[in-house]
Amino acid sequence: MSDITRDEVAHLADLARIDLSEAEIDKLAPQLAVILEAIDSIADVATDDIPPTSHAVPLTNVFREDVVRPGLTAEQALAGAPATEDQRFLVPRILGED
Amino acid sequence: MMDFDEALEQFDPALGLEVHVELNTATKMFCGCPAAFGGEPNTHVCPTCLGLPGSMPVVNGKAVESAIRIGLALNCSIAEWCRFARKNYFYPDMPKNFQTSQYDEPIAFDGYLDVDVEGETFRVEIERAHMEEDTGKSTHVGGTTGRIHGAEYSLVDYNRAGIPLIEIVTRPIVGAGVKAPLVARAYVQQLRDLILALGVSEARMDQGNLRADVNLSLAPKGSDRLGTRSETKNVNSFRSVERAVRYEISRHAAILAAGDAVVQETRHWHEDTGITTSGREKSDAEDYRYFPEPDLVPVAPSAQWVEELRGTLPENPTAKRARLQAEWGFSDLEMRDTVGAGALGLVEETIAAGAAPQAARKWWLSELARRANEEGVELSDLAITPAQVARIQALVDEGKVNDKLARQVFDGVLAGEGEPDAVVEARGLAIVSDDGALSAAVDDAIAANPDVAEKIRGGKVAAAGALIGAVMKQMRGQADAGRVRELILEKLGAGEG
Amino acid sequence: MSDLTRRSAAELAAALADGETSSVELTRAHLDRIAAVDGAVHAYLHVDAEGALAAARESDERRARGESASRLDGVPIAVKDVLTTVGMPTTCGSRILEGWVPPYDATVVARLRAGGLPLLGKTNMDEFAMGSSTEHSAYGPTHNPWDLERIPGGSGGGSAAAVSAFAAPLALGTDTGGSIRQPAAVTGSVGVKPTYGGISRYGLVAMANSLDQVGPVTRTVLDAALLHELIGGHDPLDSTSIDQPVPDVVGAAEQGATGDLRGLRVGVVKELTGEGYQAGVQQRFDETVALLVEAGAEVVEVSCPHFVHALAAYYLIMPSEASSNLARFDAMRYGLRVEPEGVEAPSAEEVMRATRDAGFGDEVKRRIILGTYALSSGYYDAYYGRAQQIRTLISRDFAAAFEQADVLVSPTAPTTAFKLGEKLDDPLAMYLNDLATIPANLAGVPGISVPAGLADGLPVGFQVLAPALADDRVYRVGAAVETALTGRWGGPLLDQAPALPTTEVAR
Repeated sequence: MSDITRDEVAHLADLARIDLSEAEIDKLAPQLAVILEAIDSIADVATDDIPPTSHAVPLTNVFREDVVRPGLTAEQALAGAPATEDQRFLVPRILGED
Repeated sequence: MMDFDEALEQFDPALGLEVHVELNTATKMFCGCPAAFGGEPNTHVCPTCLGLPGSMPVVNGKAVESAIRIGLALNCSIAEWCRFARKNYFYPDMPKNFQTSQYDEPIAFDGYLDVDVEGETFRVEIERAHMEEDTGKSTHVGGTTGRIHGAEYSLVDYNRAGIPLIEIVTRPIVGAGVKAPLVARAYVQQLRDLILALGVSEARMDQGNLRADVNLSLAPKGSDRLGTRSETKNVNSFRSVERAVRYEISRHAAILAAGDAVVQETRHWHEDTGITTSGREKSDAEDYRYFPEPDLVPVAPSAQWVEELRGTLPENPTAKRARLQAEWGFSDLEMRDTVGAGALGLVEETIAAGAAPQAARKWWLSELARRANEEGVELSDLAITPAQVARIQALVDEGKVNDKLARQVFDGVLAGEGEPDAVVEARGLAIVSDDGALSAAVDDAIAANPDVAEKIRGGKVAAAGALIGAVMKQMRGQADAGRVRELILEKLGAGEG
Repeated sequence: MSDLTRRSAAELAAALADGETSSVELTRAHLDRIAAVDGAVHAYLHVDAEGALAAARESDERRARGESASRLDGVPIAVKDVLTTVGMPTTCGSRILEGWVPPYDATVVARLRAGGLPLLGKTNMDEFAMGSSTEHSAYGPTHNPWDLERIPGGSGGGSAAAVSAFAAPLALGTDTGGSIRQPAAVTGSVGVKPTYGGISRYGLVAMANSLDQVGPVTRTVLDAALLHELIGGHDPLDSTSIDQPVPDVVGAAEQGATGDLRGLRVGVVKELTGEGYQAGVQQRFDETVALLVEAGAEVVEVSCPHFVHALAAYYLIMPSEASSNLARFDAMRYGLRVEPEGVEAPSAEEVMRATRDAGFGDEVKRRIILGTYALSSGYYDAYYGRAQQIRTLISRDFAAAFEQADVLVSPTAPTTAFKLGEKLDDPLAMYLNDLATIPANLAGVPGISVPAGLADGLPVGFQVLAPALADDRVYRVGAAVETALTGRWGGPLLDQAPALPTTEVAR
């Protein structure tokens, strides 16, 4: 199941928006392969008709009322921002269509 | 580009429409921040909609209720159990770099909307309606167009991030043939009417609370495969929907006829130039890695709740149209034109405000439709309300103004000068009902046109028209033409028998 | 007056009530202790002397008026740096959040403040809670107070080291795969993971949302119960929090302390003992089980056959959720922003990539890539999807086991504290530390680790698990073990810890 290649690692890093260096990819790929091999054991477990569990708690229908709750001031919201302008978050130029 | 009709001879179009409805709840989908339009940037935010580390979502029950009602109104099945899912992708207007949405478990699915297209009913199948959250808004700075290309940097406001959206997705719409553009437009218009009737959204395309993405593909005539589709965004009006479909049909046809392949991509509609341009490639490289949202628990609407909500639905649109047509006494053609113009709701409200059906129809479909066309806007975007239209008609009925003057009252209201009565007052448009003034004007006209007066005295009553015209001109139109005619004939001794 | 820092929180609360000491004195004593030993231990990433003393003063004023905000009013506490705190940085042990001061408190932090507990500071942890040794902190490791060349466990090594170095009477930790219980085991302290949903996660920077829980880190079982009672219970801001009152954990701890376990059925999980467990660890475990029998419990062996797949399932579910949770760290709204070298006018994308490469450590990157892989199209069914099915099987194993026993027991961790650096190059070997603790997170059941003795001079932990919502049971049994063993030892295990080298405290 799990022969993870260097190219795949590079592609995944791309999807995850991490600029891995060549050296990092070289180091990571074999480590991941080892981990994935260990994980492979689950392929043998019979799971037909077993429902997946996404939550340990059997809760459903947790809603809140449609009533305004106090939030943050703009100052608080922008406090940690690397850059701001006009009370907005300043971000570098965005590529691609909006 | 291939000619549209020629394209339809060779190809069958398949349409897909994705409409996003912004709900009018008081608060956002997953937090208690105001969902109100406007506001100073980044003042309607909290840890949750800002996606701050450690923050968690809590579902707005009212949004779920609205979603279920939309689903029911679209004849959908309502999920007995469904979950939210994360759609993972990176973009600066997305605070978490994933959107909390629904993936393979939408709250509503397998429905339809019967759309009236030129008097015929066309059933548009609805694949699903699901809940999701809106993104923040970026403005692009630097560069020349204010658009993304060439911008130096962007400024992001997260007030809009987290506002509830319902996404409604149709199944591929096939078999519309040459009517495809009309079907697309009619679907969006009538979907909008339905949303308004439900009261769950302002549903205005020009304000972004109703957004449509148009998907189109062509297949060779008679083929049962679907062709490669393109998705067109930035379609901001009903008219744009129709035009974009027409354009894409022509564009695809030209490509296919040349033996090339259509690129699967997202395109951008330009209303000013009437074309689409290429945007991102809608490729599989964008792997959204959907998985169930672990911070939220499943939504399992009880059968009882769903039935309660079913009881709150407005009348079925097809049944309603039939009922209204009968009530109003419209012919099939008149009804069809009204629906086609997107004026059904407006006419209905105008009648509710007191106008007679034919009068309401007349104003909306002729006078106001003309103005809307001139300005390039939808009827509903005109700066006049049904109540105001009804008032203007009432003024005509009362004899305060005539039809011609009424048009000037429309001018005034549309120009923002105020309510109809105020406009009449300010512009001095009221019909002069004082016989003395009229009489004097009639005398003047008779004196100025002796030959015509002679003819009338001689029994040629039809000639009175010229004198009426002269009087109306002198009175600047502010006279009741019927009364003027009476006075002329009285004075010239040629009154009706 | 005996050293205030050596007493349990319950004792300190009593001393405050008696007027023997004040919160200010107490807090100052701990700040002094931190200054004296934290140079060597490095349990803390941030100490807030001013804030803590201000809260201590308010506590004393309340007491003077005859008021009390809670049973622990005035007793200071340390908080794992993964929980948001207004006015104090929350780094999650990462460079990407260096210096980030949140504009809001986690619900549990708000409850601490409302309860009158002075917050001493934030404790060290593996970056974004990913690790079992606290060696993956971007700010340097924490050292085990029992042997400064050894790891204190992880990811919550800072909190465990703080209490076991007597640099805090109480601490908050978080547990996703054992990050409270395993550090407790290797430092000779007490750690509890509540039933999933039992304590609010609002303000807990998420690693794996379906597994994470906040819990108490203390030196005694009663202290853990008191803290659990204070911070637990429903939170409308956390959709996954249980809407039921907190079970009577304090009562259960007090009852367990009487040492009477008659009527209790104890299940020893076959798959969580034996091979893979250090000899001394196994021995202490067996001895402790014998103690339970002496106290009147009935012991049975149970089998949970799917537990052998728990590690695999965990290391698919957790990185998948984490990869999505950590996507928000993109240099746009808060945290580190790094521009790529040699690029003029970099795009947002380029800045995101460069920042995440610079700001995340190796283990975090490993898990993000792993998680991205497990969720990607074409792999979801085989990996994440399948792991969720294994999870169902594990829950069923627990359910079946709890038909035969009221609680399940195992060693908390397979080994005692290993040396710093020993397992850093072998991620898989590191993951094996969580073998016994992971199943409880997958099933959402509560668990406690209490000291069971020493093996080669290093602490061993005894784990007790109970069915979901039955948190009181782990406190009862944990207290019984504690009573029996401290009786044998003539005092808490931590009394046997070597004295730490101290730095002169300038006054």
